[in-house]
Amino acid sequence: MELAALNLVNATLNWVTSALDAPSARAVVFGVHIGGHLFVEVLLLVVILFLLSQKSYKPPKRPLTKKEIDELCDEWVPESLIPSITQEMLSEPPVLESAAGPHTVINGKEVVNFSSANYLGFVGHEKLLESCTSALEKYGVGSCGPRGFYGTIDVHLDCEARIAKFLGTHDSILYSYGLSTMFSAIPCFCKKGDIIVVDEGVHWGIQNGLYLSRSTIVYFKHNDMESLEKTLERITSENQRAKKLRRYIVVEAVYQNSGQIAPLDKIIRLKEKYRFRVLLDETNSFGVLGHTGRGLTEYCGVPIEKIDIVTAAMGHALATEGGFCTGSARVIDHQRLSSSGYVFSASLPPYLASAAITAIDALEENPDLTLKLKENIAILWKGLSDIQGLSIASNLESPIVFLVLEKSTGSVKSDLQLLEDISDRALKQESIFVVASKRSTLDRCPLPVGIRLFVSAAHSEPDLLKACESLKRIAAAMLRQTFRSSQQQHVTVLNSAGQHSAVESFVFPREMPVLASH
Amino acid sequence: MITIPYLTALSTYFSYGLLFAFGQFRDFFRKIFDWWQASNLQGYAPICLGLEDFYIRRLYLRIQDCFGRPIASAPDAWFDVVERYSNDNNKTLKRTEKISRCLNLGSYNYLGFAAADEYCTPRVIDSLNRFSASTCSTRVDGGTTTLHKELEECVANFVGKPAAVVFGMGYVTNSAILPVIIGKGGLIISDSLNHNSIVNGARGSGATIRVFQHNTPPHLEKVLREHIAEGQPRTHRPWKKIIVVVEGIYSMEGEICKLPEIVAICKKYKAYVYLDEAHSIGAVGKTGRGVCELLGVDTADVDIMMGTFTKSFGSCGGYIAGSKELIQYLKYTCPAHLYATSISPPAAQQIISSIKVILGEDGSSRGAQKLSKIRENSNFFRSELQKMGFEVLGDNDSPVMPIMLYNPAKIPAFSRECLKQNVAVVTVAFPATPLLLARARICISASHTKEDLLKALEVISQVGDMVGIKYFPAEPMKQLQHQHQQPGKDTIKSE
Repeated sequence: MELAALNLVNATLNWVTSALDAPSARAVVFGVHIGGHLFVEVLLLVVILFLLSQKSYKPPKRPLTKKEIDELCDEWVPESLIPSITQEMLSEPPVLESAAGPHTVINGKEVVNFSSANYLGFVGHEKLLESCTSALEKYGVGSCGPRGFYGTIDVHLDCEARIAKFLGTHDSILYSYGLSTMFSAIPCFCKKGDIIVVDEGVHWGIQNGLYLSRSTIVYFKHNDMESLEKTLERITSENQRAKKLRRYIVVEAVYQNSGQIAPLDKIIRLKEKYRFRVLLDETNSFGVLGHTGRGLTEYCGVPIEKIDIVTAAMGHALATEGGFCTGSARVIDHQRLSSSGYVFSASLPPYLASAAITAIDALEENPDLTLKLKENIAILWKGLSDIQGLSIASNLESPIVFLVLEKSTGSVKSDLQLLEDISDRALKQESIFVVASKRSTLDRCPLPVGIRLFVSAAHSEPDLLKACESLKRIAAAMLRQTFRSSQQQHVTVLNSAGQHSAVESFVFPREMPVLASH
Repeated sequence: MITIPYLTALSTYFSYGLLFAFGQFRDFFRKIFDWWQASNLQGYAPICLGLEDFYIRRLYLRIQDCFGRPIASAPDAWFDVVERYSNDNNKTLKRTEKISRCLNLGSYNYLGFAAADEYCTPRVIDSLNRFSASTCSTRVDGGTTTLHKELEECVANFVGKPAAVVFGMGYVTNSAILPVIIGKGGLIISDSLNHNSIVNGARGSGATIRVFQHNTPPHLEKVLREHIAEGQPRTHRPWKKIIVVVEGIYSMEGEICKLPEIVAICKKYKAYVYLDEAHSIGAVGKTGRGVCELLGVDTADVDIMMGTFTKSFGSCGGYIAGSKELIQYLKYTCPAHLYATSISPPAAQQIISSIKVILGEDGSSRGAQKLSKIRENSNFFRSELQKMGFEVLGDNDSPVMPIMLYNPAKIPAFSRECLKQNVAVVTVAFPATPLLLARARICISASHTKEDLLKALEVISQVGDMVGIKYFPAEPMKQLQHQHQQPGKDTIKSE
């Protein structure tokens, strides 16, 4: 039976083969022998192509009808433009009635002013006022145009040349606002794909610039060189093949948010080892550090050519407005066309540029202003070093003296409230004008808030001593209350627990009696 | 919409192609030359990779002398332009001591407050002596003076809103406000030709950004409907809020935005309106209050009004005006208020004084005169240019008039020839405008007299003939009288 079936199959196959073979037996096309199997293969190919060309089944698309879109638009309810106003949003800052010099008038009373970053005392300086007056009479107030379209006035060019000459760099570029300097300079050089290593305590201008640049951002611990080294090591080992990758380190010379000073010589050594470029923000150190006021590079003994880009806002030591950026010729020329805050914005008013020139001239003529500033800082340090409840978080030489709470009350908000109460009381009762540092909701800095005192070379010694005494008094009064209330909590805990464990943890002010354990 | 003649488009493309080819050629040789000499980068990646600054090196540097011309006096109707020369084919320009007195058609000096003014300047110098050039402090610390408070009230009054807050720079105002009021999960719909500061602010906020066709309310409606129906990308959750950003006068087109239609659409779809009046505040409107007054839109319908003081008030800085709660909230969170130095007191005084002059509160009628002068001047100049056959953009009443050039070679030609005849104009090319649509932009001021305008017209006509930019047929001279007696509202825009 099987044999018969097998014979039948064989016979059919033979017949098919011979039938197919017959017409084209021994035909050779292009050196390929045409056999019968070729027809089967060609048929198979045709079938496959036919199947592929068939459209796969897709469920039909049904776009929304006009009525449906109308309904969706009607149903949609937007959030309100701003969240509801809470109590702390209603607080108003104190209003000055005179120039923001070392003494100023608030509400008719004269107070000692520690909230203006007037480091060299140029506010109210007569030479500055003279040059501003003559510039106002010659040029009017505004410059009425961006730098590319007749907004470049000769004082701008003079100011840029003066700054470059003072710092010893090739060229510099003026921006019309201090805050926009950093957030325009960074996106100009850092693009998508570049790597930026930045300190976690930088101010908002730098944070915004980093965000706008769309590069990869890596933070390292605030002013911690080991953390920086580890981070650089990690990045370099991860990106071995990246020759075209640009790598930057961004630091501030004197940090606005804490008063620490960056150790520039260590940073330069790391930078040269790992081949990164350095962007330095010298807002609070220009005119302050270094024996002629040339900033952090002079203070640390680093030649300024080693820093690739230096920026600074002029609203601090130089007592005008605006900012500048300085570096090599290539760096500056590139910014003149690609920096959005420079190209698309009106230029600095000419009287402010001439004020800057006069301020630098004045600084060069009397370099002992920086010495006086250093002495003032030292006096303040000595006076405030034993203040209760607060400790000085800034560097010994920084012109911003930053006081933080020794023990936080738990949340940033309540800390801020406490500090603001302290500064309010200082203003109203003791006529000392200090401010607590405020944070925007957009700011991502993790450093603690504190009270900032901006020391000026124009403060006299009695001013400083008075400030120290007043602050000590207020801190003792206000912070003791906080301690006392939290003490009592601690005591009740002990009582309810009924334990005799030693009362530990925080500082007892000396006046309080030592609690006997129950 | 501008549609350019076929032949012009072809020749413009050809010119750019030729420049591009030449540039690449020279780059190639530069690469060989540099490889010959060892580069001194020592392992650092170059600051600018090859093609990023191609445009700058090969195209812009050739005509660099047309941009960034320094001046040596106040940017008034006539000013002194410093002459520059170059030894190395325009790569670097050096200043000379020589100056030439030119007619200023480029500065943003709409009401003529740029130079020292008889009412404003003495008060400015007083405030300088009283408050000094800067407060060296942020607004929340010690930078708020009585002058700042007065200024904010004055601005709020002038613009027609309950409250206002003032910042030291217009660019930062946009960049720092948008991230505060909208964040991730929100939608920003902005006009396709919005200014760079708005684009930066929108990017910095983290919200989704969509664009609608320039000044076309029907397209805005279509975009709004589509996006509200779809929701957020990928998750399709409903949007948290939608903000539509438009400008009062677009600085490169001279057009006034179609505010009534846009406000109506936004009301219907519950979107918020953000109006940037950088160029229009003080320059248009019967009493200078901007496009809202000109087009009859109630200021309460516009949620956020922003503007700058650089153009019409001759000072510096920007403001935001809105409801009291909005301003309160902004003063609490906006980084430009918390971290940036407050506006310089003399600049603040200049703004207050100029607003007083505009409103007539200084006791004279100079403000009203200035406002009518600028309107007259703009309309006269625009109609004359159009009669001569130039292609001029922009609406009536707008003091900004771009004249189309198109060809890249005509840009430096126009600019240099006009300067030789002591007329200073501004020419704009890529990337501020699209590649093919280069133009020369004229800004009229209230301090231009009739003789100034006639001289300017003569020079521009002469140079226009020489350079060949009269794309439209000129109207014959005898119709001049007839046209003057019929001030129409027709805008001659090429369709």
